[in-house]
Amino acid sequence: MADIGRLTRAHGATPWLTPVTLVRVVIVLSVLVVWQILAVSGWFYGDVVPTLRIVAVALFKLLSGGDFYWNLWATIEEVAIGLAIGGIAGIVAGLVVGANKFLAKAFEPYLYYLGPTPKIIFFPVMIMWFGTGYGSKIAMGAVSCFFPIALNVAAGMRQIDQVLIRVGQSFRANPWQMALKIYLPAMRHPIINGVRLGLGVALIGTLLAETKISNRGIGFMVIDAYTKFDMPRMYAILIVLFVLAIGANTLVARLGGLDDIKQK
Amino acid sequence: MASAGARRFLPSVVGFSSIVLILAVVEILIRVGLINRFIVPLPSDVAKSFGRVIVEEDILHRFLLTGWECLAAGILLTVFGVAIGVLLHQMPLFRRACETWVAAMASAPLVLAYPLFLVLFGRSALTIIMLAFIAGLAPVILKTIEGLSATRPVLIDVGRSFNLTPAQQFWKIYFPSALPTIFVGIRLGLIFALINVVGVEFLINFGGLGHLINELAERYDLPGTYAAICFVVLVSVVFFMATERAERWLTSAA
Repeated sequence: MADIGRLTRAHGATPWLTPVTLVRVVIVLSVLVVWQILAVSGWFYGDVVPTLRIVAVALFKLLSGGDFYWNLWATIEEVAIGLAIGGIAGIVAGLVVGANKFLAKAFEPYLYYLGPTPKIIFFPVMIMWFGTGYGSKIAMGAVSCFFPIALNVAAGMRQIDQVLIRVGQSFRANPWQMALKIYLPAMRHPIINGVRLGLGVALIGTLLAETKISNRGIGFMVIDAYTKFDMPRMYAILIVLFVLAIGANTLVARLGGLDDIKQK
Repeated sequence: MASAGARRFLPSVVGFSSIVLILAVVEILIRVGLINRFIVPLPSDVAKSFGRVIVEEDILHRFLLTGWECLAAGILLTVFGVAIGVLLHQMPLFRRACETWVAAMASAPLVLAYPLFLVLFGRSALTIIMLAFIAGLAPVILKTIEGLSATRPVLIDVGRSFNLTPAQQFWKIYFPSALPTIFVGIRLGLIFALINVVGVEFLINFGGLGHLINELAERYDLPGTYAAICFVVLVSVVFFMATERAERWLTSAA
C-alpha cells in the first residue's frame, strides 16, 4: 500500500520535474555557462567562441532568412533521391543474397568488407561520372546507404520464420508474390533499421560531398561560412543540422518501433 | 574429398571470377569506345599504375601517417570512452540523463563540423585526430555501459560474499566481465575513426592516404586516382578484418 501511495505521489506531484530532467537541465545550463565564460574570457579569438547572445542572434537570422530553407530543401532532395536509389538497390541486393546460400557465400563478403570503408574517397570518381552538380551528391548518398541496407536486408532474410515461407509455397505464390506478400512484410523491422542506418550515412555522404564542390545545400552553407569566417553562422548551421539529423533518426526508429508494437 | 573441397571454394571462386569478368567487360567496352576512357580509365592501366603510385607517391610514409592518426584517435577514444562509460555506469542518475544523448550523438553527422575543427586546431593532424576521436566516441561509451550493466548478478553476489571493496568489486568482477563488450565498442570506434581520418584527410587536403586521392584527382591522373582508391579500400578492408580477428580472439579468450 505504501508503495502505491508513493508511486501516485511521484506521478501526481512532479510529472515534469523528475530528477533525470533536473540533471539534464543542470548539465545544459552548466555547458552554456562554461561556454559564456570561455567566450568572454578572451582566451580565444573573439569569433572562435562567440557569446551565447551572438550565436542566438545568428540562429534567429538563419532561421528567419529564406536561403536556409532553400539550401535545406536542396540537401533533402539529394539525400531523398540518393536514399531511394541506394535503398532500392540495397533491398534488391539484400533479398537476392539473403535468399540464396550460394550467392551469399559468393558475394556477401564483398558487401560486408566494403561496407565500413570510407565512401567519400569515391567522390572524385563520382564527379567524373556525374558532374559537379547534384548528380555526384546523389551518387554519394546512394553509394553510402547501399551497403548497410543490403547487409541488414540480407541478414533479415535469413531470420524469417520458415513457416511463413512454407505457407507462401503451399499457396503456390510466384517469386514476385513471395517477395511482396511474405518476405517484405516479415522483414519490416530489419528493413526499417537498415534504412535508419542508411539515412545516417547517406546524409553524411551527401553533406561532405557538398562541402567539397557545390553551390547549394547545407554542406555548402557550412563551408561557405568557413571561407567567410562567419563563425556564429557556422555554429548556427551546425546546431540546426544536428537537431534535424537526430530528429530524423529518432523519427525513423520510432516508426520502426510502432510497427513492431502493432504487429504484437 | 576433392569434390567437397571444390564445393567449399566454389562460391568464393564464382564471386571473385564475376568481379574479374566485370573488369574485363569494362576493359573491352572502353577499348571499343563505348565508355569514354577519359572518364573511366582502362582497368589494366589502373593495375599498371599501382606500382607507380606506391613508389612515386611515397605511399609508405602516407600509410604510416594515416595509421598514426588512427592510433592516436584510437587511444583517445579508448581512454575517454571507457572512462566516461564507467562513470555513467557508476552514477545511474547521470546515466539515465545522458545515455540517450550519447546515442543521439552517434547518429549526428559530427564529421560535418570539420570546418569548425579547422578553425579550432588549424589545418593539422590534430584536427583530424580530434574529429576521428569525437566521431568514434559514442559507440565506446555505449558498449562500455552495456557491458558493465550485463554483468551476471551471480558474479556480483560472489564479490559481495567475499566482502570486496568497491574498487576490488570493479576491477575483479565488473571490468573483466564487461571486457568483451567493451572491445566490441572499441572496434566500432576504431572503424569510425579510420573512416573519418581518411575522409577528413581527403576533404582538407592534408595528411596521408585521403590526401593522396585528392591530389591525384586534382592532377587528373585517372589511373592513379583509381589505383589509390583501390589501395585505400584494400587498407580499410585489411584493417577491418584485423580488428575482427582481434575481437574474436579476445572474446574467445575472455
